[in-house]
Amino acid sequence: MYPENFRYTKEHEWVLAEGDIATVGITDHAQSELGDIVYVDLPKVGTQIEAGKSLGSVESVKAVSDIYSPVSGEVSEINASLADAPEKLNSDPHGEAWLVKIRLSAPAEIQGLMTAADYQSYIGAEK
Amino acid sequence: MIKKVTTHLSQNEALLFERSSPGKKAYQLPELDVPAVDPAEALGAENVRAEIEGFPEVSEVEAIRHFTRLSTWNYAIDHGMYPLGSCTMKYNPRINELVARTEGLAWAHPYAPEALAQGSMEVMAALESALAEITGMDAVTLQPAAGAHGELTGILLIRGLLEKRGNPRKKILIPDSAHGTNPATAAIAGYAVENIKSSETGVLDVGALEKLVDQDVAALMVTNPNTLGVFEDHIADAAEILHQKGALLYMDGANMNALVGIARPGDFGVDVMHLNLHKTFSTPHGGGGPGAGPVAVKKALEPFLPTPRLKRSGKKWAWDFKRKHSIGRVKAFYGNFGVLVRALAYILAHGGPGLRNATIDAVLNAVYIRKQLEPYYDLPYNSPNMHEVVFSDDRQAKLGVRTGDLAKRLIDYGFHPYTVSFPLIVHGALMIEPTETEGKLELDQFVDAMIAIAREVEADPQMVKNAPYQTRTSRVDEVTAARKPVLRWKP
Amino acid sequence: MRYLPKSDSERREMLAVCGVNSPEELFDHLPEAARLKRPLDLAPGISEYEIVEYFRARAAENANGYASFLGAGVYNHYRPVLVDTVVSRGEFLTAYTPYQAEISQGTLTQIFEFQSMICQLTGMDVANASMYDGSTAVPEAAMMAVRATGKGRVLIAKSVHPEYREVLATYAKNQGIPVAEFGYVPEAGTIDLEDLDRRIDGLTGAVIIQSPNFFGIVDQVMAAAEIAHGHGALLVVLFTEAVSLGLVAPPAEADIVAGELQSFAISPSYGGPYAGIIATKEKYIRQMPGRLVGQTTDARGHRAFCLTLSTREQHIRREKATSNICTNQALIALMATVFMTVYGKQGLRELAQQNLAKSHYLAGKLKPRFCGKFFNEFVARVEGRSPEDVNKALLKRKIIGGVALGRYYPELADSMLLCATEMSRRADMDAVAEVLA
Repeated sequence: MYPENFRYTKEHEWVLAEGDIATVGITDHAQSELGDIVYVDLPKVGTQIEAGKSLGSVESVKAVSDIYSPVSGEVSEINASLADAPEKLNSDPHGEAWLVKIRLSAPAEIQGLMTAADYQSYIGAEK
Repeated sequence: MIKKVTTHLSQNEALLFERSSPGKKAYQLPELDVPAVDPAEALGAENVRAEIEGFPEVSEVEAIRHFTRLSTWNYAIDHGMYPLGSCTMKYNPRINELVARTEGLAWAHPYAPEALAQGSMEVMAALESALAEITGMDAVTLQPAAGAHGELTGILLIRGLLEKRGNPRKKILIPDSAHGTNPATAAIAGYAVENIKSSETGVLDVGALEKLVDQDVAALMVTNPNTLGVFEDHIADAAEILHQKGALLYMDGANMNALVGIARPGDFGVDVMHLNLHKTFSTPHGGGGPGAGPVAVKKALEPFLPTPRLKRSGKKWAWDFKRKHSIGRVKAFYGNFGVLVRALAYILAHGGPGLRNATIDAVLNAVYIRKQLEPYYDLPYNSPNMHEVVFSDDRQAKLGVRTGDLAKRLIDYGFHPYTVSFPLIVHGALMIEPTETEGKLELDQFVDAMIAIAREVEADPQMVKNAPYQTRTSRVDEVTAARKPVLRWKP
Repeated sequence: MRYLPKSDSERREMLAVCGVNSPEELFDHLPEAARLKRPLDLAPGISEYEIVEYFRARAAENANGYASFLGAGVYNHYRPVLVDTVVSRGEFLTAYTPYQAEISQGTLTQIFEFQSMICQLTGMDVANASMYDGSTAVPEAAMMAVRATGKGRVLIAKSVHPEYREVLATYAKNQGIPVAEFGYVPEAGTIDLEDLDRRIDGLTGAVIIQSPNFFGIVDQVMAAAEIAHGHGALLVVLFTEAVSLGLVAPPAEADIVAGELQSFAISPSYGGPYAGIIATKEKYIRQMPGRLVGQTTDARGHRAFCLTLSTREQHIRREKATSNICTNQALIALMATVFMTVYGKQGLRELAQQNLAKSHYLAGKLKPRFCGKFFNEFVARVEGRSPEDVNKALLKRKIIGGVALGRYYPELADSMLLCATEMSRRADMDAVAEVLA
């Protein structure tokens, strides 16, 4: 369920580093807690972001959740398809519904994040 | 067996635009007694609009039927109880509607000469005085248009006073049990919000408060009784802590229905508070407004009150615009006068002893409900409750049924739901406030309904999850409404 | 007491269930120090008849039987009888906010129609379910423009209602939003475009004008839009006389329209309650404050309505909300909806035309201060004595004259703002002309 090659945060984001570009999304656990997602608020391309700071937010009918960036760098691409089809976040949060791509300024940050196994225990324990 | 309601014939009615056809009229204007004027000449051709495209044209009969049919799709206090916590959905006395329409009051223009507005001014003065007595405060402004507006006014008053003392400070402390308007208001007033966690008994944690109050804290915003319906028994201590550090105590007066005639915020250390006339003072909700949010203050804050203020000038009332410390205006003119009339009529009808009796009945009704539902619903906080009681859906959640589902099933029993999922400090909250204008029969039917639903959850949880069944529409697709908003009619 | 539906015997039964002997015991848990130990110092309750008499006496102390030429943001228009018939229905009057859509389709449908009609009138894409009033819609619109552009300075015309500008000042000060004013052209009474152009810069988020403006004059919306847009600011156009929308071209170049609906069958009622609106273009929807009703379907596929885009609002966003507003003036908006329904497409135009005819008849007999084109209000110069003295003379004829402008505009101390509507009678206008001559 949780891809081995991703890394995970305590706030339920995932990140996949390929060279110096990292793709970021929210986990299946997150989308399931939020319920039907109706809107995604993403940053502009070019935004400088620090690990742990808010990238934007995800909305369901009755709640809003901030998305915290797992890594530092510059936003190089955003997933525009989510504007018309936010429901993709519910159906494919680890694939089609990636949120942003970030050009990493500190690639070593990835090492400090949870592995798939760690994340699974983490959410198991949360319950 | 559902005793309170049956199904009823409810007409399908289209939108006005779909009933419209060109040339239908519901009006007739008198003949002009002056010459007509060519709009293009008078306004300039480029300033004259084309026709109002798509605007409806219906006859008077269709208009009356349209709105009457729509009205039958609503639940209302006139039908039955709304157990909505902190909303105080009490009976809206019809005498209030009559007096608000008295011609000399309803047609009064705010810029009428003061000599011809003494009646309106006397009404406002009488209400200010009554509210000051009820709250135990020194001065009242009637300018704010609603509760949240009153909150903003109150926080701006605090800022005004602190600025005059040399330092407006930076943050406002807000309990995690607070209504959403509180932090939103603090932000609009330019303050940062710091949350303060409630204690395990659900009340203000005075120890935690003491640690948090420093020179950057302007005020604590508190609701009393709090959103659990529990009286903040250490509120006077909290006031003391704040005052010692030069901070102030703001009280959200949404729950005044538990206090009128019993306790006065001014007596237990509150510096400034707002009232909701559409809650405690019976003015009608009308589907979402209008309301009015008067603010009552202690003497120290009086100079900062919004301009203008009523003052006595010989034997008459006058408006005082020369108030150099005032925070300014929060609204044009003087306040929601029509709402003020209704609140004053309510106060006149009850009188001093009557207001106290109303409070007693409000608390009696809530405790009565609590005692009978305790065996069936989880009660997260054991403290004595006042005019409202908060349960959680923990027991039912084990079977997959949440507070929102229970609320929808309650509709089938002929009641409007209670407040769902608030306050946030209770997981899956059911917040119930009956108010004093409910009789024993209605309360018993409510209790019976809630017990029946608890039993239904055990027997057939899925049935409860798919409620309501008796309504004109079934559950509405709020997800699509948010994903693909359609906010106006298009042909 | 007639609003407390319990008999003594029922109270006793209930007290027993609560496990107490007397109602006072229910308050035993309150700290002694917090309790009020005396009765409230308020007279005992009075009968329905006495309440009616009390307010009748107060009404008699107000103006009765006067013809009035006051406007200035609050207008005397006939209220069709259907308005009170509809809003007096308990299902509308005593209903709550429509959070539970299944049992609020009456309120929700009516608000959807309201939103639609406001869009049609203003030429905007989307309108909210109303704000407290026109004066508070101004700071809400300003904050919306600041959010949308990310630029924090606001410019507002001096020809916007003075009290509305005061309200903006109160809000803006606390948000750290600098507000500056630009003037009007002395001959025409329209905005001074050169002054606007001088003051606007790359940090301006909003330019706010009113049309028809406080002087009643139809203002330069297109020109203002060009200047605002040229600097990346949004144009907010405000109206206080909703009846003007029946005839005056809507401000299509505006980004945000804010306004006051009091003219649509809302009693003047000494200043409130009224209803404001904010309407805007599609792209700014998520920045809009206030409630929104959207169309959707229920589980059986039928059309239904619900509150939507609630995540903008205080109960979810809390400190990050677009506004702290919780109310919408639903019942007032319903009055406006019924008014708009009764007059309809043709009626609103005819009503506006009558207003135009009346005001121009009166102006024709006086000395309008400005040459700008006006709707149902205009500024008249008074010669030989003060406007206050003119008003004293008019009062003797049971006429309330216009607003003497000196208190808001010292340069106009010799003038008054007169309003004539479809309710103004020729004989009274002739009397005003006589006194002012």
